[in-house]
Amino acid sequence: MTTIEMGTRRVPPAGNADLVFIDRSIRHSLRDGEGLLMAILLPVFMMGLFVYVFGGAMSFAGDEGYVSYIVPGIIIMCAGFGASSTATLVAGDLQTGIVDRFRTMPIRGSAVLTGHVVASVLRNLVATTVIIVVGLVAGFRPSADPLGWLGALVIITVYITTITMLFAAIGLVAGSIEAANAYGFVLLFLPYLSSGFVPVDTMPSWLQWVAQYQPITPVIESIRSLLMGGDAGSDALVAMIWCAGILVVAIAWSSVTFTRKAGRR
Amino acid sequence: MTYAIDVRGLTKKFGNQVVLDRLDVTVPTGSIHAVLGPNGAGKTTFINVLTTLVRPDSGTAAVGGSDVVARAAEVRRRISVTGQNAAVDDVLTARENLTMMARLLGLTRAESRVRTDELLERFALDEAAKKRVSTFSGGMRRRLDLAISLICRPQIVFLDEPTTGLDTRSRRTLWDEVQRLRTEGVTILLTTQYLDEADALADEISVLDRGRVVARGTPAQLKAQVGSDIVEVRNERGVLVHELHTDGTPRDVIDVLSASGVQDAGIVTIRRPTLDDVFLAVTSETGSRHDGARATREVAS
Ligand SMILES: Nc1ncnc2c1ncn2[C@@H]1O[C@H](COP(=O)(O)OP(=O)(O)O)[C@@H](O)[C@H]1O
Ligand SMILES: [Mg+2]
Repeated sequence: MTTIEMGTRRVPPAGNADLVFIDRSIRHSLRDGEGLLMAILLPVFMMGLFVYVFGGAMSFAGDEGYVSYIVPGIIIMCAGFGASSTATLVAGDLQTGIVDRFRTMPIRGSAVLTGHVVASVLRNLVATTVIIVVGLVAGFRPSADPLGWLGALVIITVYITTITMLFAAIGLVAGSIEAANAYGFVLLFLPYLSSGFVPVDTMPSWLQWVAQYQPITPVIESIRSLLMGGDAGSDALVAMIWCAGILVVAIAWSSVTFTRKAGRR
Repeated sequence: MTYAIDVRGLTKKFGNQVVLDRLDVTVPTGSIHAVLGPNGAGKTTFINVLTTLVRPDSGTAAVGGSDVVARAAEVRRRISVTGQNAAVDDVLTARENLTMMARLLGLTRAESRVRTDELLERFALDEAAKKRVSTFSGGMRRRLDLAISLICRPQIVFLDEPTTGLDTRSRRTLWDEVQRLRTEGVTILLTTQYLDEADALADEISVLDRGRVVARGTPAQLKAQVGSDIVEVRNERGVLVHELHTDGTPRDVIDVLSASGVQDAGIVTIRRPTLDDVFLAVTSETGSRHDGARATREVAS
C-alpha cells in the first residue's frame, strides 16, 4: 500500500501537468509510424520535386542556384503539413472524451494542448533538419555564420509554434477529426502564394499583392537572407510581428473554445 | 445528516430544451445512489454538472460539501469520473495510462509505479499491462477506466452507464468492484438504463425521465410499485396476450394465472420487472401531475 491517504492529493509543482502531457504527446508521435515516415519522406519528396522537376525551368535564381532559393519555402511548407496533424490530434482528444476527464481532475486541463504543441514543434524541427541535409546533398550552399543559423532557427521555430497553435485552435473548433482535416487544408495552400518557390515579381499583379502582404513571405525572405549570409532586416521584424499577432489570436481563440467545449461531444 | 452529494432545485437548459428540471437529489456519505433513466433522460448532463463540466442554470449542487460552481477546484480534488465512453488513451498501454494519470495527480515517479502495479493487479489487467489499449476489449477498457478513477482514492466516484455494452461476466466484475468501493467508504453515484443493475447495487434510486425525477426510493420500494415479478402469457404464435404481476412464488404464479381467467396459456414465462415496467407504473401514478403525452413514452430497451 502506498502512503497516500484516502482522498488526499498533494499539490503538484507548477508546470507538472504540462510536462506529463509533453511526455504523452511525444509517445504518441513516436508510435505513429505512418506520421513519422511522412514527416521524413515528405521533405525528401518535395525537395526532389522542386529541384529535379521544376528546377530545370527556373533560371532566375542565378549563381546561388534554385536549391538554395527554395530551401526556406520547403521548410515552411513542410512545417504546415507537419503542424496540421495537431488539429487532428486535438480533435481526437475531444472526441474520445479524454479531455473531459482531464477537466474533472485538479489540473489545468488546457495543459493537454501544451503537450500537442511541443510535440509538433519537435517533429517539425526533425523534418527541418531532414530538409537541410537533403538540400545540402542536392546543392544547397548556405553561407550563414553561426549567428545567421541561430537567427534562422529562431524564426523557423517561432513560425512552427505559431502555425501549430493555429492548427490546435482549428482542432478545438472542428471538434471532429474529419472536420479538422477539412478546415486545415486552406492553410496548407498559403506557402505556394508566397516568395517560397518563385520571386513575387513573376506573378500577375493582383497575385503579387497577395503574395507580398501575406505573413509567409516575410518569414521565408528573412530565413533565406539569414541562411545566405545576408541581413534579414525589416523582413525579420515583419515576420515576428505577424507570428506574434497570429499566436495571440490563436491562443485566445483556443482558450475561449476550450472552455466552451466542456462536457460536449 | 451530511450528504456527499446535495442537489437542490437543479435546472439546466440547452437552448429551449429543459434537460434537467428542478432536480433534488441527496446522497448520504458512503452510499450508492443510482440514477435510472432511458436514453436522453439527462443522466450524462446531471453527471457533467456534478463533476464541474457543465454549469447549471439555476439551483445548487454541492459535492463533498463544496459548491460545484463556486468551488469547482475543491470538488475536483475529491471526485473521480468514469464517463459513458471509456476515456482512456488508446495509443498508450494500460500501464502508461495509469502512470500518466498518477503523475498528473502529483504522485512522484516511485509512488506512481507502486500505485499502478496495485491497480493493475486489482483489476486483473497485469497481464495486459504492456499492451496498447486500442487492442483491449470493452470490458478491459472499462476496468482500466475505473482503475484510473481510483488512483487517488477519491471520496466520491461518478460512473456514467458503467456496464452499457458489456457482456454478463464483465458486468459482474464491475458490480463487484463497485460494491467493494462502498465497503471502503466511497460514495458512488452511478447512472444506468437497467433496473436490475440499480437493484443489485444501489441503496437508493432516482428514476429520471426527461430531466425530472419521477420516482425515488430504495430498490424494494420501487419494485413494490411494480410487483416483484411479471408473468407473461403468449399464444401459440408467440404474441403477448397477458402480463400479470406476481411475487414470483409458484403458488402465487398459479393463483394469478387462474384468477386472470386465461383459457389457453400457450407459453408462460416469468420475468423480472424492467425499467419499462417501473416507468409504466411510476408514470401512471404521477400521470395526473404531468401532461398527458407523458403516459405514452418511448422507453429504451
Ligand atoms: N451540449 C448539449 N447541447 C445541446 N443539447 C444537449 C447537450 N448535451 C445533451 N443535450 C441534450 O440533453 C438531453 C439529455 O442528454 P443526456 O444528458 O446525454 O441524456 P442521457 O445521458 O440520459 O442519455 C438530450 O436530449 C440531449 O440531446
Ligand atoms: Mg448518457
